[in-house]
Amino acid sequence: MSDVVEKTLTALPSLLSLDSHPGSAKLSSTSKLGNLIRGITELTSKHEEEKLIQHELLAIKEQVSSPNTTMRQMKELMVRSIYCEMLGYEASFSYIHAIKLAQQGTVLEKRVGYLAVSLFLNESHELLLLLVNTVLKDLQSTNLIEVCMALTVVSQMFPKDMIPAILPLVEEKLNHPKEIIRRKAVLALYKFYLIAPNQVQHIHNKFRKALCDKDPGVMTASLHIYLQMIQENPEAYKDLTPSFVTILKQVVGGKLPMDFNYHTVPAPWLQIQLLRILSLLGKNDQSTSEVMYEVLDESLQRAEMNHNITYAILYECVKCIYTIHPKSDLLEKAAKCIGNFVLSPKINLKYLGLKALTYVVQQDPKLALQHQMTIIECLDHPDLIIKRETLELLFRITNGQNVTVIVEKMLEFLCISEDDHTTIDLVGKVAELAEKYPLKYNEWFIETMNTVFSLGGDMMQPDIPNSFLKLLSEGFDSVEEDRKLRLFAVNSYIPLLRGEPGKLPQRFLQVISWVLGEYSHLREDLEPAEVLSLLAKLLDMKNSSSETKSWVLMAMTKLCKGGADASVTQEVSETYSSSLDTVLRQRAHELQYLSQDPELRARVLPRGAKPETLEVDSSLSFLDRFVSEALAAGAAPYKPPHQRQEELDQSKALSLEPYGLSLPISMSSCSITDRQSPTLLSMSSGLSGDTLKLDGIKRVWGREGYLAQREPVEEAAQVEVPSPIQSPGRQGEGDSLHSQTPTQTPTPEPEQEKQQLASSLFVGLASQSSVSLMGKSEPMPQRFRRKAKGQGLGSSFIANEQISSSLISPPSAVDNLLCNNLLDSNNASELAEQTSQLSQSLTTANGTCHAEAELTESDTKGCNPALRRDNCVVAAGPGPHNDPGRLTEVCLDSYLPAELSGLSHSEIAPLCANQSLNLSACHVQKEDSLILVVFIMNSSESAIQQIPAGEVTSYSVAVGQYSLTVKRPAVHVEVVGTVSYQLPAGTSQSLQFSYKVPLTSFIRPFVVSTEEYGTMWLSFSHDTKQNLTLINDNQEPLTATLNALKKKLQLHVVEVIGMEGIVACRLLQDLPCLMHCRVNAGWLAVWLRSPVPDLPDCLIYHCQRALQSL
Amino acid sequence: MIKFVLMVNRQGQTRLSRYYHSVELSRRAALEADVVRYCLSRKKDQCSFVEYKDFKLVYRQYAALYIVVGITDSENELSIYELVHNFVEVLDKYFSRIMFNLDRVHIILDEMIQNGHIVETNKSRILAPLTTIDKMVDS
Repeated sequence: MSDVVEKTLTALPSLLSLDSHPGSAKLSSTSKLGNLIRGITELTSKHEEEKLIQHELLAIKEQVSSPNTTMRQMKELMVRSIYCEMLGYEASFSYIHAIKLAQQGTVLEKRVGYLAVSLFLNESHELLLLLVNTVLKDLQSTNLIEVCMALTVVSQMFPKDMIPAILPLVEEKLNHPKEIIRRKAVLALYKFYLIAPNQVQHIHNKFRKALCDKDPGVMTASLHIYLQMIQENPEAYKDLTPSFVTILKQVVGGKLPMDFNYHTVPAPWLQIQLLRILSLLGKNDQSTSEVMYEVLDESLQRAEMNHNITYAILYECVKCIYTIHPKSDLLEKAAKCIGNFVLSPKINLKYLGLKALTYVVQQDPKLALQHQMTIIECLDHPDLIIKRETLELLFRITNGQNVTVIVEKMLEFLCISEDDHTTIDLVGKVAELAEKYPLKYNEWFIETMNTVFSLGGDMMQPDIPNSFLKLLSEGFDSVEEDRKLRLFAVNSYIPLLRGEPGKLPQRFLQVISWVLGEYSHLREDLEPAEVLSLLAKLLDMKNSSSETKSWVLMAMTKLCKGGADASVTQEVSETYSSSLDTVLRQRAHELQYLSQDPELRARVLPRGAKPETLEVDSSLSFLDRFVSEALAAGAAPYKPPHQRQEELDQSKALSLEPYGLSLPISMSSCSITDRQSPTLLSMSSGLSGDTLKLDGIKRVWGREGYLAQREPVEEAAQVEVPSPIQSPGRQGEGDSLHSQTPTQTPTPEPEQEKQQLASSLFVGLASQSSVSLMGKSEPMPQRFRRKAKGQGLGSSFIANEQISSSLISPPSAVDNLLCNNLLDSNNASELAEQTSQLSQSLTTANGTCHAEAELTESDTKGCNPALRRDNCVVAAGPGPHNDPGRLTEVCLDSYLPAELSGLSHSEIAPLCANQSLNLSACHVQKEDSLILVVFIMNSSESAIQQIPAGEVTSYSVAVGQYSLTVKRPAVHVEVVGTVSYQLPAGTSQSLQFSYKVPLTSFIRPFVVSTEEYGTMWLSFSHDTKQNLTLINDNQEPLTATLNALKKKLQLHVVEVIGMEGIVACRLLQDLPCLMHCRVNAGWLAVWLRSPVPDLPDCLIYHCQRALQSL
Repeated sequence: MIKFVLMVNRQGQTRLSRYYHSVELSRRAALEADVVRYCLSRKKDQCSFVEYKDFKLVYRQYAALYIVVGITDSENELSIYELVHNFVEVLDKYFSRIMFNLDRVHIILDEMIQNGHIVETNKSRILAPLTTIDKMVDS
């Protein structure tokens, strides 16, 4: 297949080894590098290499700093430096020369200069700033190749802070006549999007233009941006689905120029990119998925040619089909396609097939049944990576019945694996599986965990032992089962300690000591004295870490009873009470005291106590008094590490930052504690929950999960699934498609073994698949089964119940205006396409939205959530306007509620309309709130019921008002709502609308003193900086600019001192944002800080807009 | 995502390396040695993809030269495997006339991969900037 087209490029290696032909014109420049490479190739030891390179570097250093070196020579020197760095020898002296070369060189020299810069420096290197001017100059060059180079380097690396300096130039290039320039400009913008998404927020519509570019290359480049943006927020780009589908259709249909082909396949990598985008868009979205079924089908059919690259496309296509909303005939085709992969003799294809299968079985476990014999073969494959991928697949299909076999296979692999990363990963997975099914196989669970602890050693994730201990101590529903499990653990640990405990990893020893301390009393024939002496032995081992020792001491404290044990404990506590390690010393003292006072011990360490819930005051508020006293005594206020680091950086950085001495920092203790407490409080409320939260512990196995698993699964399993002995026959049926696989194996005996293995591995899947088959005919359960993946049969039943109840509930809640918010952005019209289902807009509101608006009823005190219309309806009298056409022009102003009429309000904008209703809205800025006023106009001839309560007679207007607050700031906040109403005929209908409010409407002045400002400034962690244009038509540009901003954005100017000014505002209700302005070289350098993420960025955008519009 | 591209010879010497995520200079040599050891130890009939730490390696051999690409798990191994071949075909197309040199291979690679993403695969477009530069130098 690939061999057919694979050309053996024998020429290349010789090219790379640089067997130069003497006399060639190009050689003089490369020969020195050639000599160097040849010299190094001949060397035999690392030491010699180091000597040679150091010598070389010295020579280069001498030459680069010589004034006589020409640019051409410089270029050659740079290439040699690149080579030296590539071998791991730093050539930092040449960095500055690389920048110079990019600046002064021509054509190839310049390109090599840029290349060297991009290889030498990383994004945060300070020398990169020196490149900015060169880039600026080259972007403006008339020489296209120079523009090209500049754009290339910009899309590889550019200092984040300097983006505004070149952004207009790059944007301009989007309209360049040459495709290559447009393409590179798009890639540069992609880079900006990656490092500073806020900076390119305003050009999203230009990305759309790039997507529609007539040149396929420019379009392809824009897909990088879209893939990224869609990953972050798929909802906002659903409207582009048809465009992506059309593009893919054209590519698949061979509409691109021939030179985009790779081995006669049209633009394969572009196809892959598009398929990835489509799968993101179609995920959990039936209507979007339906748009793409046809093109996916076509892709599957077109990619028939037997070449690697077509398989690469197919793989992506299959993944997409299994990600989006399912369609049965496509799924069937995709499943067949996977068959071609896994049955292929080509090992690379087999691998990819397994990977696809691993992905797919999460959605449809029965596919594993079809390929079970292949999977068994892969499990014994000599190539470890195939084996590993197979285990990954098995991990995904594990259930209560096959878990022991699968875990056994994983443990087998662990024994032969040498790679630490694989070990850590697999150990984690085994532990996860074992903890999922602990009760069914008590002994198996403990034994498996023992293997995990011994194999995983000290590399494994620390949460594994933690959750194991938690599982043991919390226990399950049955006291007897708990006792058995714990006893078995004790029984298995004693022989380990009697054997060679020195070989066990530290983590395992810690687990053992804890378990013995807690539960060794469960074994009646075991004397505590013996356990104590076994534990004491651990203390004497050389390689025991002090952490382990303190676990051991804790265990001993729990066990000692005085009497015969006294001598051991006495000795131990004496040894460690003088330890240098304070923790050990502490433990030793505890041991000493508690062993002498059994009563106290029983109180401190009650035996068999259930884990108590602990309340942790993570805000450390109990220290507040201490802090305020310290502050009053002159201590410096606490600064979080990131702030300290930032201030440190600022003192080193080139740019001159504000806040030197102009703002006195308040030393008054009470103001500081006042300011800090709220943030601390909010922190602790974020960590709500009364039980002790152990960070980082994966709660793989929750109570609910377990319950759901046990009851229905066992029942179902007994009814539907034959016992493992019977199952081979059943599997044979399921495998009829691929019955040729088994016959290939020559001897019947190993075959039988495999069959048996298969039956034990794939048991339980059949029952699950029968459910999924049932589900397939109806879309809803099928879809839900997906969501409940990996939870087994029982939970999917529960899930079904949930969906049905949630399906019923929406109509009753329809009355409420649904608040939603979509991504700000300037292209509002493109956002107009709203979610169609009520339940969907609900999820969006709670989910991934960038901002959320909370709707409260402003003037309906004491009412139910269903808005009572009575209070709000201002005018419902019979309309004087009988002409429906004129209704839209009605002066809605007059309908504004009286209490709002005196306030400034935005223009009343029409929202949407149908034959019976006309919706308009405006927002009114009150001092402490923002009121959204919705005008519902009945434009029909009949009265309408229930909007949401009450009646609106023909041609009249009802008014509702809602106060809005912003939870997460965005440049524009969008409110989405639904009006439900009933026509006289009795049919309920609803009308959706959305309304956009700029963030500025939520901004209010914030009156603070300079002192308060100073303390607040230091405690806010989110910030942004930017240069804004100054208003220059005045004597005092600073005051003029600040006043303009004050007027436009309702800011409060706190103080202006010389060339600096401080300004404060708040986002309703009381989220502060502080602004520091300084006049610097004709610009207004603005620095915004706030405790709210995104608020500074959004505000700076509006400041910019406000000043531009002047 | 692509994490790095390496070209190494059978002796394990690096001929070209390009990283798309930051790796300290001091750690590169060890990483490269490790990666090469992994790939060299594999037989011809084995899979061209290897797991290495938390990422995967895709390698392809051309006579005495190995090209190794480090990728994250979300990437499509086979498409990268073919990308390597596309890269080699581009090199073949360009260097059939001119001597190989380090800077030009880098320039070609920069046209194809940026920030760990494939940005161009059309051979003539990949070579367009470089051939223009060559023409300007010659004239």
